[in-house]
Amino acid sequence: MKKLLLDKVNVPGIKTFEVYRREGGYRSVEKALTMSPDAIVEEVKKSGLRGRGGAGFPTGLKWSFLAKPEGVPRYLVVNADESEPGTFKDRYLMEFLPHLLIEGIICSSFALGSNVSYIYIRGEYDWVSDILDTAIGEARQHGFLGKNILGSGFDCEIYTHRGAGAYICGEETALLESLEGKRGLPRIKPPFPAIKGAWGCPTVVNNVETICAVVPIMNDGGEAYSKIGIGKSTGTKLISACGNINKPGVYEIDMTVSVEDFIYSDEYCGGIANGKRLKACIPGGSSVPILPANLLLKTAKGEKRLMNYESLSDGGFITGSMMGSGGFEVLDEDQCIVRHTLTLARFYHHESCGQCSPCREGTGWLDKILTTIENGKGQMKDIDLLWDVQKNIEGNTICPLGDAAAWPVAAAIRHFRDEFEWHITNREECLVRNFGLAHYADELKIAATT
Amino acid sequence: MADEKPLIKITIDGITIQVPEGTSILNAARMIGPEVAPPTMCYYSKLQDSGGKCRTCLVEVSAGSTKDPRPMPKLVASCRTNVMDGMVVKNTTSEKTLDARKGVVEFLLINHPLDCPICDQAGECYLQDLSYGHGDGFTRYEFKRRTFVREDIGPYIQLHMTRCILCYRCVYVANQLTDNRVHGILDRGDQSDISTYISRAIDNDFSGNMIDVCPVGALTDRTFRFKNRVWFLKPMDAHRDCDKCCGKVTLWTRGEEVFRVTSRKDPWGEVQDIDGKAAWICNTCRFEKKKAADWVIEGPTSIDRHSVISANHYEVKEMPPDPLNKVLDNHSPMLLMDIRETSQVNQPDIDLSILPGPATSYTFKDHDEATEISKANEERLKINDHKKVY
Ligand SMILES: Cc1cc2nc3c(=O)[nH]c(=O)nc-3n(C[C@H](O)[C@H](O)[C@H](O)COP(=O)(O)O)c2cc1C
Ligand code: SF4
Ligand code: SF4
Ligand code: FES
Repeated sequence: MKKLLLDKVNVPGIKTFEVYRREGGYRSVEKALTMSPDAIVEEVKKSGLRGRGGAGFPTGLKWSFLAKPEGVPRYLVVNADESEPGTFKDRYLMEFLPHLLIEGIICSSFALGSNVSYIYIRGEYDWVSDILDTAIGEARQHGFLGKNILGSGFDCEIYTHRGAGAYICGEETALLESLEGKRGLPRIKPPFPAIKGAWGCPTVVNNVETICAVVPIMNDGGEAYSKIGIGKSTGTKLISACGNINKPGVYEIDMTVSVEDFIYSDEYCGGIANGKRLKACIPGGSSVPILPANLLLKTAKGEKRLMNYESLSDGGFITGSMMGSGGFEVLDEDQCIVRHTLTLARFYHHESCGQCSPCREGTGWLDKILTTIENGKGQMKDIDLLWDVQKNIEGNTICPLGDAAAWPVAAAIRHFRDEFEWHITNREECLVRNFGLAHYADELKIAATT
Repeated sequence: MADEKPLIKITIDGITIQVPEGTSILNAARMIGPEVAPPTMCYYSKLQDSGGKCRTCLVEVSAGSTKDPRPMPKLVASCRTNVMDGMVVKNTTSEKTLDARKGVVEFLLINHPLDCPICDQAGECYLQDLSYGHGDGFTRYEFKRRTFVREDIGPYIQLHMTRCILCYRCVYVANQLTDNRVHGILDRGDQSDISTYISRAIDNDFSGNMIDVCPVGALTDRTFRFKNRVWFLKPMDAHRDCDKCCGKVTLWTRGEEVFRVTSRKDPWGEVQDIDGKAAWICNTCRFEKKKAADWVIEGPTSIDRHSVISANHYEVKEMPPDPLNKVLDNHSPMLLMDIRETSQVNQPDIDLSILPGPATSYTFKDHDEATEISKANEERLKINDHKKVY
């Protein structure tokens, strides 16, 4: 498979403008500036590119929704807040290929008519922000940013803006509030940012990887991009793999790879660490439902599950999950689902912005009940209570953080209820031993050879 | 101007009505009447941008519009969702809505101190009404409740953060009515705290309206605290010439005495529109004109017959003898908890709102049994203690 994003990541000095340019960088800008903005949007539509930030919304369509009133500026904001536990692909892109992002931003800004574009970057990524600032400086020096880029008459500036450590500021409207200098509270939609975004002006918010993918789309054409992958999962996707695997890291895949291959082949994760067995996996970042091994490798219909939007969500939430942001977290047989779920619940409790009551109060409640169960003080009725509480949060909140807090709990109970029960019936033991019962996949030995 | 907007049709719980374009589902429901109007805790029609937060007004949209009759996948906040032509909405007729609302009530109550017996808001509290109308009669929450120390914010207002439901209304009042907002919400999630940074700082004119918009007893009038129960008072409409505000108020009186002054409320509990403008009142009218002579009395305020406040409106010539005094041996407790132990109950040093759980009769007696009984529960609670502060 030809890598589209990470192709040049190992070229020495690729962070610098000179090397990046020599390796063919910024070609897409030259090409884009000769096209009409609408033609670029059309090209992105044709590519079938879907947002890489989590929701998977078609990017071309999103761009075409951008309102274009006379005399009002428009903005492109790149979402580099990446705080979802288990997701670290954007950092990798920005840290090692800063110019790729800048190149993508220039093309996208031109297509959207944004003369000032922002990168809202997670505060903890301070060194990455410095790398980007250096790269922006270089690009400006060489005439790719600033006034009248390459003599085309198009002006564009890029500013980095550091977040202050809130996960919720990755939600696009909270991000805009924070960018404007206010509390990072998600806005009530509609209006959507495409109509009323940053400072009330039409705005497009896109993930880092989404914007980077615009570069190969410009270079090779939308048509060529759409031929990679399968169905509505076109192009390549970065997956940040972590957990109990031999080779954690960021991988670029085309979305025809099967989950089994991804976990066991040496090209990717290289199998489960320490010769252990696979127990469960969260395939798309902490917010998506966890799947036990048997449902992870095969769908409920018995088909091979592939690493793409459709296949991962096959079976809905009953037997499926989601592609999400591409944070692939693998749990081996020794991991405790209850503790794991508690860790996630604690995270969402800590990160809820507190604006709407179901999420503000519900996330804390989930956290407290799970803490009780994890500490061997749970009661059977607590499991049903957990279920009820998550059900009352889900779908009833302003932003999807409420859902993200509810889903992991729901999935854990759905697939691993016996483990919760084991914690309650084996109070002493669960304090010293980490795990209860587990559903293992049967075909692991076959898989190990691929 | 509103009349010029084209009228569109919406059906709520089977009742169809025509409303101007741009009306929210909630306001359309209010036009039909209280039977179908969803409850609101955070929306306040006179405050721009309010609403969307408490989620008590969620409704099911079973058809989006005539053009696109698909149902909406999630319940929507009716206060912040506009009507589309041909929309069909289910409020009281939707199981899903009622379930979700029950859930929201539960969430609003899990960290609420339930100290109604000593709360000044009792009788005119929207959380009380909401929980009676839409909640369950019991709690499933077994953990310590979030507590805060109460605080005087400025000369006129006391803040009981423990009772706050974070509706943000007071923040909008400060933004939209006063000359400068000096309080706001600090921290996030369930640690959120209304604060002024520097305590006692709020004395901006018109800040008193924060008390009126607060749906619960989190912001109370310091000049009125504990002076009287609202249902013992007689609300009278009155006015005076004021150069700062409209001067049209409700006086809460008993005999000749004026106990407090508030703005006039409409049937939805919001400040009335008078001459097309929201009749907010200034701090002078509210806090400094406490003599009947300051006012021209217009007559009794009309109050919903079902409200406890109206209790005082229907005076009986001869009151039946109150048996309570006899039972209580002429003690007059502020709080009725355990009738057998009256002398122990009246302990002014116990602040119910800082108890981390519902008060029981044990709260009022230093009883060994108390520890005995709650020991098992305490054990469960203790584990969560270390996580109080992030
Ligand atoms: C709680 C929450 C956190 C989010 N965090 C991020 C994030 O860190 N990075 C990101 O790109 N998108 C994040 N999103 C998704 C964004 O709201 C938005 O959908 C995305 O930036 C759109 O970009 P895309 O269309 O390119 O995917 C988050 C969403 C929610 C609800
Ligand atoms: S769902 Fe949670 S994070 Fe999102 S707006 Fe509501 S309280 Fe804030
Ligand atoms: S103090 Fe009252 S008005 Fe202010 S947010 Fe809390 S409940 Fe709402
Ligand atoms: S009144 Fe609509 S969400 Fe609070």
